[in-house]
Amino acid sequence: MSKGVLAPNDYKYGFSKPENYEFKSKRGLDKSVVEQISGLKNEPIWMREQRFRALEIFEKKKMPTWGADLSTINFDQIFYYIKPTNNQKTNWKDLPKDIKDTYDAIGIPEAEKNFLAGVTAQYESEAVYHSFQKQWQDKGVIFTDMDTALRKYPDIVKSYFGRSIPAADNKFAALNSAVWSGGSFIYVPPGVKVDIPLQAYFRINAANMGQFERTLIVVDEGAYVHYVEGCTAPIYSTDSLHAAVVEIFVKRGGRCRYTTIQNWSNNVYNLVTKRAFVEEDGVMEWVDGNLGSKITMKYPSCYLVGRGARGEILSLALAGSGQHQDAGGKLVFLAPDTSGEIISKSVSVGTGRTSYRGLVKIIKNAERVKCNVRCDALIIDEASRSDTYPTMEVAEDNVQIGHEASVSRIGEEQLFYLMSRGMTEAEATSLIVNGFIEPIVKEIPFEYAVELNRLINISMEGSVG
Amino acid sequence: MILKVNNLKVRAGVKDILKGVDLIIGSGEVHVVMGPNGSGKSTLAQVIAGHPFYKINSGTISVNGKIINKLTADKRAKLGLFLGFQNPIEIPGVSVFNVIRKAKIGIDAKNIGQFRKDLVSFAEGLKLSADHLSRSFNEGFSGGEKKRNEILQLLALSPKFVILDEIDSGLDVDGLKIVAEAIAKFHKKNPKSSVILITHYARILKYLKADFVHVMTDGKIIKSGKQKLATEIEEKGYESYKKGLYA
Repeated sequence: MSKGVLAPNDYKYGFSKPENYEFKSKRGLDKSVVEQISGLKNEPIWMREQRFRALEIFEKKKMPTWGADLSTINFDQIFYYIKPTNNQKTNWKDLPKDIKDTYDAIGIPEAEKNFLAGVTAQYESEAVYHSFQKQWQDKGVIFTDMDTALRKYPDIVKSYFGRSIPAADNKFAALNSAVWSGGSFIYVPPGVKVDIPLQAYFRINAANMGQFERTLIVVDEGAYVHYVEGCTAPIYSTDSLHAAVVEIFVKRGGRCRYTTIQNWSNNVYNLVTKRAFVEEDGVMEWVDGNLGSKITMKYPSCYLVGRGARGEILSLALAGSGQHQDAGGKLVFLAPDTSGEIISKSVSVGTGRTSYRGLVKIIKNAERVKCNVRCDALIIDEASRSDTYPTMEVAEDNVQIGHEASVSRIGEEQLFYLMSRGMTEAEATSLIVNGFIEPIVKEIPFEYAVELNRLINISMEGSVG
Repeated sequence: MILKVNNLKVRAGVKDILKGVDLIIGSGEVHVVMGPNGSGKSTLAQVIAGHPFYKINSGTISVNGKIINKLTADKRAKLGLFLGFQNPIEIPGVSVFNVIRKAKIGIDAKNIGQFRKDLVSFAEGLKLSADHLSRSFNEGFSGGEKKRNEILQLLALSPKFVILDEIDSGLDVDGLKIVAEAIAKFHKKNPKSSVILITHYARILKYLKADFVHVMTDGKIIKSGKQKLATEIEEKGYESYKKGLYA
């Protein structure tokens, strides 16, 4: 009876549009592809050189084998760069019809209406649509795509690009550094609090596509921003690759919240590196929801470099049949009086597998650090699997660390109770699962929470129906 | 609605628990089932509600002549059965409102419009706190709150056949009064709904008149009578009836 798979019909983003492209690179990766990307973007020399160096690192680095099974990725099959339209639009009506249809179906115009400060949409490798409210521009807030940022604000980009995540960090960070395209760039000036979210939507349309967006956010002293990203892709029988890099810098007393609801179709490898450097009294909050993809490996991290800095990571993973969500977070305490928390909730359905992987590192002399880690896993079916891989490296004695972990199944008594109230087994299961993830769901924007609820109901129907 | 339990024999694991129970509950009747701990009262309640843990070896449970032995618990609830639990279950992270709303939609979707208003007034009537409906279901509730929360569901779902398993245990005098009066009021408003009260004490019958009282020991109903049987049991204990049986 257990299947736990999201049937293609149930994945509402599973449609694809005809591939109309201005430029599509050849399959596979070599120096000429990187040269082509950089050339088409008309980039400064330093960026081009940096890409070449990153390519060399990528080629030298071995595939990571400590986590999910990545042996089936075929780097030679992938298209590394696809340029869908010839220039970016700021008016919705001006978008080419197939792209507009795609985003209409995902709900971007709706999101726009919902009072966003700004929104960027990336289709394949390039940002195709961008709008940003003038009131924030007047305050000096910059919100644009990375390619534009590199042209218009080269000094800011150059001083931060690769500083928290150098190409040598890991194989996929190297890959991204070599072939990156698009992504968001945000700069919030001192004291400016952007009180409504900035959003970006990432969409893969072509088969065997690699999407390598690069996002850079700088929150200056005492400033605040909340950035929300959503990701979807059509269903193809062949695999796609998403390898993004997100770098965030929170200055003294600043605060940044970064919310991701990743709902890639179940043939996307989602291998993302996300890291924030947090200075004195700054706060970084990652809210990381992983629902889709074939394999996700993603551990948003906070490097707490200034006294009193705080990092919070809320991680939510839902793995249906054929999916492996290897997710978690990293907190690195590099200064005294810093604090942090990781809360992870995972649900495995059918043959789905979730892994919590986390790192807590406290260096010597980072006194009075307070750190709390809590990871809870819920397993729905006999074939479902969940593992926990917590790592702690603590070199300082004067610290407070809490760690709690639990793995649970849905109890027969809980099911009977709710069924005796007239709910079917699937409805009862959905309700229990929704309750289990509620502490994280209440932190994500309403429209995403509604969508999440819908997805869980679908996967429970598939599981116990 | 007529519920018939006919020569019901039930096993849990390797243990025989019900050893041939017969009961007929007519429309609108109030029955009380008393008996010592371990006599099979709660099992009877759970088997009627459709708990998958118990295996029916022989005998039948029927509603209006239709045998329901094989129906899952949700289908029985949709027929109008309701079980108030002795130990209500927690559903962390889901509000009382959401659980009951979901239940109501499953059982009676067309009357959902008025639902929130009704639920608020039921909760007030049961002296539940103003934030009760938004609390996480049964999580951190006192024993009394859990019992009143069961009655809240009873009122919201308005079932045709009610089984209350030790709804009166763990309640203080005031709590008992609130719960018992709510049940009495429900029965008055829904005179065709039948009620089985499983209890150790006759005290709840101060508020609610029983048509029949049954004594259960060792998986069987050994004596049935009118309301005064309940007070007799309280005075004499179960032993005398057991002796009577085996004499």
